[in-house]
Amino acid sequence: MTFEIFTFSFMHRAIISGIAIAILCSIVGLFLVLRRYSLFGDAIAHSSFGGIALGLMAGIYPLWTAYGVSIVSALIMTRIKDKFNISGDASIAVLLSSGIAVGLVIIGLSGGFTLDIFSFLFGSILLVSVNDTVLILSLTGIILIVILLLYRQLLYSTFNEEQAKVNGIPVEKINYLIVFMAGITVVTSIQLVGVLLISALFVIPNVTAIMYGKGFKQTAIISMCFSIFSVVAGIFVSYIFDITPAGTIVLFAIGIFACTMGIKSLGLLSRHN
Amino acid sequence: MLKVVEIDHLTIEYPDVKAIDDVSFTVNQGDFLGIIGPNGAGKSTLFASMLNLNTKYNGTIKFFGTDIRKSKNYLKEIGYVPQKPIFEKNFPATVNDVVKMGLQKESDENKIDEILQQLWIHELSERRIGELSGGQQQRVFIAKALVNKPKVLILDEPVTGIDQQSIDLFYSILKELNSKQNITIIWSSHDLDAVNQLANHVACLNRTLFFHGESDDFFKNDELVKQYSEASMQEHMHHH
Repeated sequence: MTFEIFTFSFMHRAIISGIAIAILCSIVGLFLVLRRYSLFGDAIAHSSFGGIALGLMAGIYPLWTAYGVSIVSALIMTRIKDKFNISGDASIAVLLSSGIAVGLVIIGLSGGFTLDIFSFLFGSILLVSVNDTVLILSLTGIILIVILLLYRQLLYSTFNEEQAKVNGIPVEKINYLIVFMAGITVVTSIQLVGVLLISALFVIPNVTAIMYGKGFKQTAIISMCFSIFSVVAGIFVSYIFDITPAGTIVLFAIGIFACTMGIKSLGLLSRHN
Repeated sequence: MLKVVEIDHLTIEYPDVKAIDDVSFTVNQGDFLGIIGPNGAGKSTLFASMLNLNTKYNGTIKFFGTDIRKSKNYLKEIGYVPQKPIFEKNFPATVNDVVKMGLQKESDENKIDEILQQLWIHELSERRIGELSGGQQQRVFIAKALVNKPKVLILDEPVTGIDQQSIDLFYSILKELNSKQNITIIWSSHDLDAVNQLANHVACLNRTLFFHGESDDFFKNDELVKQYSEASMQEHMHHH
């Protein structure tokens, strides 16, 4: 019976955590995409790989070390980028490769790849514990509250930094806040889609929603809807056909994006033609 | 007469050139000051320092009697319209969203409708900013600059690349803001005719200040007018 999956408590946890992560990735990702920072999530995810390896070697819960390493390295990289005037894409490349390099060296030192490493690389949403779910829901709640409280500052500094500065918005602090929130979001999402596919959840629902939404709030809500649909459908379909949830979730998101492109090329979505 | 801006011995040096060289002038409340000068004369650099975007300068800039190095509160009283606002073309923000960004307090939302009506862009409020024409976009940015009811409006060549009809409307709005609402306006422009029609004070800037005074005095001085007419400014640009 297909419907029996609704009765499993691991499935409840997977769906609840998945929806929370979908909402979180959509809203944080929208700020990154609009700042032309689409791959930043990917870079943080790769740096978190170093943190995961460190945690596994040291016998600490790997996600804790991943939070520490990825947030610190993202903030340092942002500082270096501003201070030495390095372009955004180059700084992403540096962050991305150094995380993987550190991770690979640590894994080599501690005896090679294990099953644990693979679950972080490709996600393991069906394995989230009650504690994980509580953590995911709490972090989602905190970040959403911060975004609601600082909505104008976040939106304005994303729209035009110079004008935001003239209006007295502390643009530099807001930039660091966005990097900090992106770090938390990425590591929180690792359990859903894994290190390798995180940027898909940051970017694809948002570039799709931008083609539909008029204002910022509307676009954010549309993006969340696409993202939630992809996550829930991806989890169910992957369970039924016994395939990887991470890949299935991302393919659903890509499917919505492809349909939108099709609708647009038929002239049915005239906004940006 | 309340002094809104006092600039005293302002010098801004870049590694290879002095962008502003010992400039001093005062703007009083209700002044409509037109700042004219060729490209590269330092107009945008001057504005950047006045708006606290560039803090590397010598001399002092005071707003409402307070040194801007000591307090940034003056920024709340300023509306700024840049030459060409840069934003992502596909940015999902409606006209309403953009004007709201200029609002200090969320509770003042009824001010948005008011200002949109005043600038005749009320019917565009739910359109995306990137879909509008250059003239319409510029009116939206003026609405954003005005929504907080600033005491000073700073405009950096605000009509660059805009159609004549929008320019005319824009100028009539500026005149009304200055004469009816007593908003002090500091405006840089290439268009001497427009400066003649609108401004009551003129400053001629070309790294140093060549003239600052009542606009009648400027336009009576044929030599100055000739020097700063558009043709000779372009000539000047070629020499640089």
